[in-house]
Amino acid sequence: MNWIHLASILGATFAMAIGAIGPALGQGRSVAAAMDAIARQPEAANTISRTLFVGLALIETMAIYCLVVALLLLFANPYA
Amino acid sequence: MKFASPLESHVLFTLGPVPVSRPVVTTWAIMAALTLGAWLVTRRLSAEPSKPQALLELVVETIAAQIHETMGVAPDRYLPLIGTLFLFLLTANWSSLIPGVEPPTATLETDAALALIVFAAIIWYGIRALGVRGYLRTFAQPSIFLAPINLVELFTRSFSLMVRLFGNVMSGVFMIGIVLSLAGLLVPIPLMALEMLTGAIQAYIFAALAMVFIGSALGEAPHPPKEPTT
Repeated sequence: MNWIHLASILGATFAMAIGAIGPALGQGRSVAAAMDAIARQPEAANTISRTLFVGLALIETMAIYCLVVALLLLFANPYA
Repeated sequence: MKFASPLESHVLFTLGPVPVSRPVVTTWAIMAALTLGAWLVTRRLSAEPSKPQALLELVVETIAAQIHETMGVAPDRYLPLIGTLFLFLLTANWSSLIPGVEPPTATLETDAALALIVFAAIIWYGIRALGVRGYLRTFAQPSIFLAPINLVELFTRSFSLMVRLFGNVMSGVFMIGIVLSLAGLLVPIPLMALEMLTGAIQAYIFAALAMVFIGSALGEAPHPPKEPTT
């Protein structure tokens, strides 16, 4: 266990922990807005939920990028 | 405790100079199963469908309706690509239910291949609908100064398709592996159920995003996309 390993593990942890905050807030907002829209206009539920799923997938990409960075640090670290 | 890296895959055997890894063999098995299943069901089509034929017709019609609603065009031209993508991804994501099988979508290479197919399909359908000149002109929309951003977007879209699918499926497999090594035999079953849900949603999202991207490449085609009706 040298300094690079320690820094990589800490970096991966913080990348995931901090990187999950933003997408979580964004997904919460979009789901709340979609619920609101469905409650106002139940007949448009199909279109709204389809758009919601695609939007959630796009937001989620940010967290997935963080996950990939964390994995690169842990398993494919170029400096370790 | 040491976990195998999810970023590299083991070579099972070599076919001449080409190394063949485990996900490739799983992919071949899934392709063979899907082809055989489709061939068996469509071998004797009748106007009064048997149970398998009715099920398959339901699946095909649902996918066609989704394409029509999302892209706003006649689905015939896009149904083979989108439908195959969706069914393959669904089978691949759920193949982890068979003991000893890892879903091939949990490796980066399979997802890269699928994303490349979508990347080529976006350009191919765009050129087919608008012509080479018309398709190149869509990059200068709404202004010529945005052309570099539009060009970058073309690549980042395919890249994010790849990374999203890889991240979701691989993280599920990884999480199940960790819980299994910590807790024991039957504990990861709820996680596997969650993973089935994630797999189905990711298959749907991959297909839906492919539809959206191809639909946006069609641009101002002769049939303008109309508002989807519910």
